[in-house]
Amino acid sequence: MTIPASEMEGHAVPPLGESEEGVAGKVAGRSPTQLAMARFRADKLSMISFYVSCFVVFAAVASPILVKIGVFDPDGLNQDKLNTDLGGIPHGAFGGVSWSHPLGLTPGNGEDLLSRLSFSMTYSLGIALTGTLITVLIGVVLGIISGFSGGFVDATVGRFIDLTLSFPQTMMLLALAAPTVLLIRKDVSELPLLGFLENPDLANGLFVVIILSAFGWPPVARVVRGQVLSIREREFIEAAKLIGASRKRLYFKEVLPNVWAPILVYTTLLIPAYISAEAAFSFLGVGIKPPTPTLGNILRDSVSWTTADPTYFFLPGIVLALTVVAFNLVGDGARDALDPKTHR
Amino acid sequence: MEELVAEAHAPSQLNPDAAPILEVENLQMYFPVRSHGLVRRVVGQVQAVDGVSFQLGAGSSLGLVGESGCGKSTTGRAITRLYEPTGGAIRFEGKDIARISPKNLKPIRRDIQMIFQDPYTSLNPRHTVGTIVGAPLEIHNLVPKDKVLPRVQEILEVVGLNPEHYNRYPHEFSGGQRQRIGIARALMLQPKLLVADEPVSALDVSIQAQVVNLLQDVQKEFGIAFLFIAHDLAIVRHFCPEIAVMYLGKIVEIADRETLYSRPHHPYTQALLSAVPDVRQAAVGGRRERIRLTGDVPSPINPPSGCRFRTRCSLAKEICAKVEPPLLQVGARHKVACHFPGELGHAPQTPVTTGICGVDAQGNTVAGQTADIQLNAPGYDTTWLDLATGQRTGA
Repeated sequence: MTIPASEMEGHAVPPLGESEEGVAGKVAGRSPTQLAMARFRADKLSMISFYVSCFVVFAAVASPILVKIGVFDPDGLNQDKLNTDLGGIPHGAFGGVSWSHPLGLTPGNGEDLLSRLSFSMTYSLGIALTGTLITVLIGVVLGIISGFSGGFVDATVGRFIDLTLSFPQTMMLLALAAPTVLLIRKDVSELPLLGFLENPDLANGLFVVIILSAFGWPPVARVVRGQVLSIREREFIEAAKLIGASRKRLYFKEVLPNVWAPILVYTTLLIPAYISAEAAFSFLGVGIKPPTPTLGNILRDSVSWTTADPTYFFLPGIVLALTVVAFNLVGDGARDALDPKTHR
Repeated sequence: MEELVAEAHAPSQLNPDAAPILEVENLQMYFPVRSHGLVRRVVGQVQAVDGVSFQLGAGSSLGLVGESGCGKSTTGRAITRLYEPTGGAIRFEGKDIARISPKNLKPIRRDIQMIFQDPYTSLNPRHTVGTIVGAPLEIHNLVPKDKVLPRVQEILEVVGLNPEHYNRYPHEFSGGQRQRIGIARALMLQPKLLVADEPVSALDVSIQAQVVNLLQDVQKEFGIAFLFIAHDLAIVRHFCPEIAVMYLGKIVEIADRETLYSRPHHPYTQALLSAVPDVRQAAVGGRRERIRLTGDVPSPINPPSGCRFRTRCSLAKEICAKVEPPLLQVGARHKVACHFPGELGHAPQTPVTTGICGVDAQGNTVAGQTADIQLNAPGYDTTWLDLATGQRTGA
């Protein structure tokens, strides 16, 4: 293909250096992280779930403030709005939906359901996130050490994982709940800086976090170990050893950045798992007790009103399902974005 | 920036008077073979490197060639102490580093560096070039933190990269540029010895010349000694004034460039060299003689008795199965490990090593005779066995 000279004259040809600069700006290589972010943004479902998750996180952060300034009132008993003849069913359609109580009232007590659901996110998400953080921390450290060292260390960690996985987690949880929480409230809170654990909500929450992370880390450790096994054979690890890198540097500066992707995916999938686990524990009566709201104890309370006030039964369930599905889809989206070779 | 047409660099020359910076004596590197099952017993040893000795002068370069799996890379990795040698001595500037503890190894690391074969795995994909090249300074606390970047940019310029690219990631570079980053990292600590483990074999041919020229330039500029591991005989010939040929974990022939390429004495070296295509052959006319080795390389777990090459050697006789040939000096800078050393087609009919090994021509021990010289010492003697006369002569 040729272009007539007359046509070319019309175009100002930029100086060589400048044009190179422009081209470089356009085709500049993007880091793996940038590419993954772009793939994530291109996926509509992931983005919607991401916004829903953000909203949930926002609710969790904002609720305590809104409670403090009096916008939300999760514990106020609006007895006047209940129909005492029907055993405490709120007046009005759909469990007493009104402008002042957009999601209605809880039957029996007459508390504002929106306030309770929103405030419950603070505790549920707080427990799920703390648990996830500790789980991932234990799992990553043990996984890297086990995978990198191999031999005796690897075998020991491996057997420890088997032991942890073979524990009957739910039985432990139910059996240990009362004495452990008592121990935390009476004795652990005596320790310096841990006085806040006298608060029963925090003590119960801590117990759930401990149980979740104590039994949740083995899969993380296994995933990380598997990744590290392949990474430790790469030449850049030998190069790092050769320039005299310490063990700590090898673990956390050379290996860790290369296993971020699976860790991130596992973390995002662990959060919804822990939200539903916390709800299940509360439902079983372990964990934070009413009147402090959590998704689980609201659900537990609503079960006794299934026929009398179905709105009260459905709303917490829908909120829990939406939250878990949204966080899960974010995790799936992260996995797809970080590893474009796998397809759903 | 990069892809300049490579200028012709003259082949590196040998300085025979250079003081040895590295002496490897009887280096052994065995890897245990373990059984499967609960109790993983050691059932054998892979004798990857078995009794390798050589000497490398300061600022000089020694080529290590041989086919895949002959132990060249393992030798390099043992010398850089990525592996702990099973036996033997590695004397670096007179100090034996073969048994040194990992803690005391750190200062040695500054002096011995390595260039890796595969530029795609030898750079951490999650680190920027600045982090990769600056890491040695950080680890060894050589300069204050704010001085690291200028040093990195300086060294990037030395290896022919744009110093502005320090904040880019390895995947943004081509193979040749990545190899330059690897070289920059190795140069950062100003080492005295560089082990180059097939530094160009993963690059395409047009880039190979540039990288080899770069290595020659830095060798001249910083006076670095090179242990150049490769299987490309043409590049070794260009880069190394002295070359050692390895076969199944042992050095079979070591000599200066001219001797090794024009008058190889070991049948394996001859076979290896005959495999190199030669453009001049067309001018001479006719087909060149290609020595074809039959059979596979024996397993290093269970190497053949006596001479390790005997299973594929056309000269092999009874003695070769019984007695291991010593690395015999047959010239001023020429050693060969063969009972029947000689130029192609001129191998002696009787073994030349009988007197030295204390055996008769069939390889049976002769009563009262013992080996009379130290057989596996690094470096060269002032006297050697003259193959034409059968007498010991000197320069």
